[in-house]
Amino acid sequence: MTFYSEPRFLLAGDSALVIEFGDEISEEVNRRVHTLANAMEKNPLPGLGEAVPTYRSLLIHYDPLRLSCEEVKAFVSNVLQKCKEVLLPEPRVVEVPVVYGREFGPDIEFVAEHNGLSVEEVIRLHSGVTYTVYMLGFTPGFTYLGGLPEALATPRLPTPRKLVPAGAVGIAGTQTGVYPITTPGGWRLIGRTPLKLFEPTRDPPVLLRPGDKLCFVPISEEEFRAYG
Amino acid sequence: MVDSEGRIAIRDFPPTLEGKVALEVLEGGLLTTVQDLGRYGYERFGVPVAGAMDPFALQAANILVGNDPSEPALEITLVGPTLRATESCLIAVGGADFSPRVNGQEIPMWMAVFVRKGWVIEFGGRKTGCRAYLAVAGGINVPPLMGSKSTYLSGGFGGFEGRALKKGDLIPIGQPAFHLPSLAGKEFPTDRIPKYSDAPEVHVILGPQDDYFTEEGIASFLSSKHKVSPISDRMGYRLQGPEIAHKRRADIISDGIALGSVQVPADRQPIVMMADHQTTGGYPKIATVISASIPLLAQCMPGASTVTFEAITVEEAQARYREMMKALEMTNDK
Repeated sequence: MTFYSEPRFLLAGDSALVIEFGDEISEEVNRRVHTLANAMEKNPLPGLGEAVPTYRSLLIHYDPLRLSCEEVKAFVSNVLQKCKEVLLPEPRVVEVPVVYGREFGPDIEFVAEHNGLSVEEVIRLHSGVTYTVYMLGFTPGFTYLGGLPEALATPRLPTPRKLVPAGAVGIAGTQTGVYPITTPGGWRLIGRTPLKLFEPTRDPPVLLRPGDKLCFVPISEEEFRAYG
Repeated sequence: MVDSEGRIAIRDFPPTLEGKVALEVLEGGLLTTVQDLGRYGYERFGVPVAGAMDPFALQAANILVGNDPSEPALEITLVGPTLRATESCLIAVGGADFSPRVNGQEIPMWMAVFVRKGWVIEFGGRKTGCRAYLAVAGGINVPPLMGSKSTYLSGGFGGFEGRALKKGDLIPIGQPAFHLPSLAGKEFPTDRIPKYSDAPEVHVILGPQDDYFTEEGIASFLSSKHKVSPISDRMGYRLQGPEIAHKRRADIISDGIALGSVQVPADRQPIVMMADHQTTGGYPKIATVISASIPLLAQCMPGASTVTFEAITVEEAQARYREMMKALEMTNDK
């Protein structure tokens, strides 16, 4: 596990470049990624496409008819120099209401037992911290979160469920997350949010964006139903 | 309707189209979807680009019918649909040759063809390729979603109701901006069509994680013939061949995926990421297929084709792509 002193430039074909900051999952490395993503957005260059932030690198698309790889490298190096002094704006904090347990979180007892906790302690721990949205991927709107208390780490289901409803909140190993769309899935389900994390017709289509902070807020079944 | 030179006759057609143009789907075919050049700007939210597997054929077909090259068209997979034109329209078919017929007569590939009201467009046996693109003058008039009209099948959104076409669908066609018959008979120059093959040589640029593989692993990747597995689809082309060995781990911290990325999971068999690929992934990527080779790979037949890879520099790759795009521009200007 490392944090590079200088970012590495990696070729991802003839129309994308990867800028890699380290080889670890950490707040520090991820913050560098979002700082560059933010700076790239503020310094547009004709021919540059979308920048896709992940845990420890930023993939930058470009139009090879308008820019050479060397031109993109030079431009990004310049932006990197500039963003050494630039601070990220305060992240948005998004509250995600969750009804924990019962049919909404059928695995919460297992998670409690596995970790020697009561169900109430699981809820208190899971909703008691602020998570960082390191990146989105896997399916539209799926967030990879950092910050799950170690006391809640639980292995995946041995056999994935055929259908996990959209909004299901789960734990897999040291990760926690929300299923944005109904899919098969093997995470231990502890609750469900009434919010839609992904809505293709909404602008933007996602509730959470890379770099955001997230808090889970326990709600009652009545409150859940009130969301309609 | 065919003149002495074998061309579709262009005389005697109504100067304007009346009524609403649409294609009525009599049979959906194996997998027929609406695709344009893809959905850009939402990958950071986990939304795949989707779009035409063979973007060259899509653009060429659009140019032939006078559309903007980026308009959506029907992507047809192996077994073509049967369609009826509710009004007269101009079509062109590019990409794979599945023996397209109009009103019972075989029509040339890569040529603008006038279709009279009520005529049926259908397909026969596969001659070459895997995906044909049927463009219609005026484009396919489905609502854009996140800036694109492409269908993303796994997500069930975009294109025509987020799904493949089926019997009974009525596909709305946009209003063409010109006098249609004047374009009928326009051909795409044969020498500018990519060299489609069932055993293409595909060019790659090594990286971003070629340092995860042994020298022998890279040599095996570049020197072997790889079979295109029957379970290849719009998300990925799974290849089968000699093992590609990793130095140590066969996983990385998940990072962004570009079109054409060649992932090698722990089973040491490569998977090339195609149009519907996920935006991020945790397998090391030995190389990336260059833009100019994507159409060749997209036309490979799962379960039958083989591919070989050759590594080139990013400069060479971009020069090849410019060359390919010039072929489209030249035809567009003509």
